Amino acid sequence: MRKTYKLYIGGAFPRSESGRSYVVNDAKGKFLANASQASRKDARDAVVAARKAFGGWSGKTAYNRGQVLYRIAEVMEGRHDQFSAEVAASEGLSAAKARAIVDASIDRWVWYAGWADKLAQVVGSSNPVAGPYFDFSLPEATGVIAVLAPQDSSLLGLTSVIAPAIVSGNTVVAVSSFERPLPAVTLGEVMATSDLPGGVVNLLTGSASEIGPWLASHLDVNAIDLCGIEDPDEARDLEAAAAENLKRVRRPAEEDWSASPGLSRLTQYLELKTVWHPIGV
Amino acid sequence: MSRFEYAPAPESRAIVDIKSSYGLFINGAFTDATDGKPFKTVSPASEEVLAEVSEAGPADVDKAVRAARRAFERVWGPMAGRDRAKYLFRIARLIQERSRELAVLESLDNGKPIRESRDVDIPLVAAHFFYYAGWADKLEYAGAGEHPQPWGVAGQVIPWNFPMLMLAWKIAPALAAGNTVVLKPAETTPLTALAFAEICQQADLPPGVVNIVTGAGRTGQALVEHWGVDKVAFTGSTEVGRSIAKAVAGSDKKVTLELGGKAANIVFEDAPIDQTIEGIVNGIFFNQGHVCCAGSRLLVQESVYDEVLARLKRRMGTLRVGDPLDKNTDIGAINSSAQLAKIRELSQIGEDEGAERWSPDCELPAEGFWFPPTVFTGVSQAHRIAREEIFGPVLSVLTFRTPAEAVEKANNTPFGLSAGIWTEKGSRILWMANQLRAGVVWANTFNRFDPASPFGGYKESGYGREGGRHGLEAYLAH
Repeated sequence: MRKTYKLYIGGAFPRSESGRSYVVNDAKGKFLANASQASRKDARDAVVAARKAFGGWSGKTAYNRGQVLYRIAEVMEGRHDQFSAEVAASEGLSAAKARAIVDASIDRWVWYAGWADKLAQVVGSSNPVAGPYFDFSLPEATGVIAVLAPQDSSLLGLTSVIAPAIVSGNTVVAVSSFERPLPAVTLGEVMATSDLPGGVVNLLTGSASEIGPWLASHLDVNAIDLCGIEDPDEARDLEAAAAENLKRVRRPAEEDWSASPGLSRLTQYLELKTVWHPIGV
Repeated sequence: MSRFEYAPAPESRAIVDIKSSYGLFINGAFTDATDGKPFKTVSPASEEVLAEVSEAGPADVDKAVRAARRAFERVWGPMAGRDRAKYLFRIARLIQERSRELAVLESLDNGKPIRESRDVDIPLVAAHFFYYAGWADKLEYAGAGEHPQPWGVAGQVIPWNFPMLMLAWKIAPALAAGNTVVLKPAETTPLTALAFAEICQQADLPPGVVNIVTGAGRTGQALVEHWGVDKVAFTGSTEVGRSIAKAVAGSDKKVTLELGGKAANIVFEDAPIDQTIEGIVNGIFFNQGHVCCAGSRLLVQESVYDEVLARLKRRMGTLRVGDPLDKNTDIGAINSSAQLAKIRELSQIGEDEGAERWSPDCELPAEGFWFPPTVFTGVSQAHRIAREEIFGPVLSVLTFRTPAEAVEKANNTPFGLSAGIWTEKGSRILWMANQLRAGVVWANTFNRFDPASPFGGYKESGYGREGGRHGLEAYLAH
């Protein structure tokens, strides 16, 4: 039986409110499916869902968030064949190479899952101020993150940009690769069955060029990752629009998704809070 | 309440030697501006002209950036960290040696009380250089990887509220990390930055490592938009921060922004009342309220509202407003006539929108720019004086019943720089600190600063941190 590929917003799977869909072909140009083509309204609905989920998700213990991310990896493992087939078709890879991509994606979820309860120890600090005060700094989630996911790497790239955002408590509105959206939809189905609260990740299939400007200028979005934008002029315009409410912006850059990710994407979506209290009897 | 009368105790200004005019500090020497007109800097307490200062135009900024680039490539970048550290230690010592002079100069040019420039600003300036001097040969431990690299040339624009302290926050970490600097001080407070240029000469700092270009907004714009600047650091208004974020869009420039705030200072019914009143006063009247992290929204639990307000008003009645160089002065001069106009305008709007305005009886000097300590009660969250940064000695008071309501009101702002909590209950402090969306939370204290302590905002208060290891990271490629 063939699957209907839908959006993933607030834990549900709606079609685009615009009623639009577009044809998704495999790497050789053969028809694969019709995907929902998300609209401005879908993006705004997704931001509302992400904001609503933020308090609960960022308020969970780090241990709990780590468990949920780890659960995503477990559930992905059970859908290994489906992901492999979609990655192979979308990216034009051999079955073996596609399987390796899925393995790497699952490993990446596990890697980030483990960071949940270590991050504060690595990037936080206790600060030896010159006075009778206890002074410490802790990382906290930035808020709602818009992610324009990579266009080429449909699963490993997508995982590599979403996992570091949510592990620290942020919530995400992601626009998938336009030409290779199917692994993103399946990833949404995995998330829906992995104890990830609805709205923590919202996945839109469609055009980053069309939806990006609405997310970049949205005043309830706190940060934006532009890695799926390939045209430098477009990236510049989105960054300028994002300045309106001082969004934290990650500019597009050459990325090697197979390399060890390091901390930069994790720390990109963190705020540092410093707390002072007097010491005395 | 009866008032103690104090005899005036003025700090002598004989210790400072202000020249009649200053050039730009480029490549280690004071040079005339090529394409700008000189402007005057005045003492806000008397409107006396202190000196004439050069306005750097685009050609001057270009010269400064090129000098910084040369110094970065030939001298400062390749220099061993331990040698950079020695220069920074030497600068810190020179600041300590000249601290009284710098404090007087700062109070003259800025209008802040000498007690504050002497006891807070200048000691912290020296402490910042000491702190970051120690990092210069330990960069591989700063959290930016095993081989951290400086970005190159840092273009830095600072505000007028803590002129030399903001200079230290910008220059010390930049130099420690191996960057070179072009810094633009605020138009109304250039003198301590120019004194710092002299200190760089006395320290034999290699030419071009630090360049100081004086001027107004256009000079700052030319600096942050210059193609040769790799890293932009700005402290100032959210409006200008926004325009900088737009201007650097699409470039490779790294940016940190420390912008406005509208901090909630939250008082619970079990708060230690005497410390709390002092904390409220310090939170909003420190530095005439010209503080981005000022506790300008007082949230008081309803059950103690009457007592807190009565005691606050009584304490405000003892604040001494006047000559910044008098060691008894609590509140100095407003920094400029433009800022005074802004404070007056927003205060008038507060009255027009229905809030109740109160100031103690206090005689203000005839010359100069002055505004009495002011409190507004009956303020709602919709009032502009509860939403906009006034940047003056004006406190808006709101009330709450439950901790959840306090959190909701405190976070109901596009800013997120700081917040204060006053309560004796430890678990409540930690819960509140958790809930508040602000980069600095002071519990049972307010307006504390230290070079080891990261400072910076959430949301529209900007991004990046200054101070501590985190402040260093902003100046390292990773």
